[in-house]
Amino acid sequence: MNDAAARNFEYLAYGLIACWLILIGYVLTLVSRERRIRQQMESLQRMLEDKEGK
Amino acid sequence: MREKILYALGAVAALILVRNIHTMLTGLPDEAFQGAIFRIIFFHVPAAFTCFLCFFASLIAGISYLKTKDLKWDTVAVSTVEVGLAFGAANLITGMIWARIIWGIWWTWDWRLTSMLICWLLYGGYLVLRNAIEEPTERARLSAVMSILSFSVVPFVFFSIKWFRTQHPQPVLYGEGKMDSGYRAMLYGNWVPILMVAICLVAVRMMQEKRQREIDAMRRSAHAF
Repeated sequence: MNDAAARNFEYLAYGLIACWLILIGYVLTLVSRERRIRQQMESLQRMLEDKEGK
Repeated sequence: MREKILYALGAVAALILVRNIHTMLTGLPDEAFQGAIFRIIFFHVPAAFTCFLCFFASLIAGISYLKTKDLKWDTVAVSTVEVGLAFGAANLITGMIWARIIWGIWWTWDWRLTSMLICWLLYGGYLVLRNAIEEPTERARLSAVMSILSFSVVPFVFFSIKWFRTQHPQPVLYGEGKMDSGYRAMLYGNWVPILMVAICLVAVRMMQEKRQREIDAMRRSAHAF
C-alpha cells in the first residue's frame, strides 16, 4: 500500500471513529439525563412524603 | 416493555452498522479516483438525510403545536431537533475529513458547507432558546416558531449545489448523478440502521422529556400546596 492509500485509510478511520464518538456522546448525555430525572423523582417523592408527615 | 423493544432495536441497528463497516472495508472496491476515503459517503449522506428528516419532523411538530397547543408536539420537536443535530454534526465532521483528503483543506466557505453550518447553528440556537425560557407553554410556543423558521434553511442547504456554483460534488443519487449499484446498495443499506438508531434515540428522548414535564408539573403543584 502506498503512502496516499495509507493516508486515505487513516482519514477514513478518523471519519468512522468520529461518527461512533458522536453517537456514543449523545447516548451518554441521554444516560446522564435519565439519572438526573430519577434523582429529581426521588427527591420529589421524599418532599411529598415529608409534607404528608407534617 | 416499550423501553426493552427500543433498546433491542438500537442493539440490532448497531450490529447491522458493524456488519456494514466490515462489508464496506472488505467487500467493496476502492473508488477509482478517490480511493478508500470515498467510503465515508456511506455515513456522510445517510447522516445528512437523517438530520433533514429529523428537522422536517420538528417542523411538522412545531406547526402541530401551534395548531393544537398540545405539549406532546413540543416533546416531539425537541427530541427530533436534538437527534437531528447529532446527525448533522456527524455529517459536517465526516465531510470535513473527506475534504481534507480530496480538496486538501478541512473547510471552505462554499455554499453547501456554509449553509449546512448555518442550519446546524440555527437548530443549536433552538436548544439554547428552550433552555432560556422557564414557562412551559411560552417555551413551547416560541420553540415552535423557531423550529418553523429554522427549517426554511433546509431546502436551501439541499438545493444549494444545484442553484450555485459550488465545490461540493453534485448529487449522486438523483438528477443526473450516477453511482455504481454496489455503492448505492451499501449507501441505502447503511441508511436503514442509521435511521433505526435515530428512531430509538428520538423515542428515548421523548420519554425523558415527558417524564421531566410531569416532574416539573408535580413540583409546581407541590409548591403551590
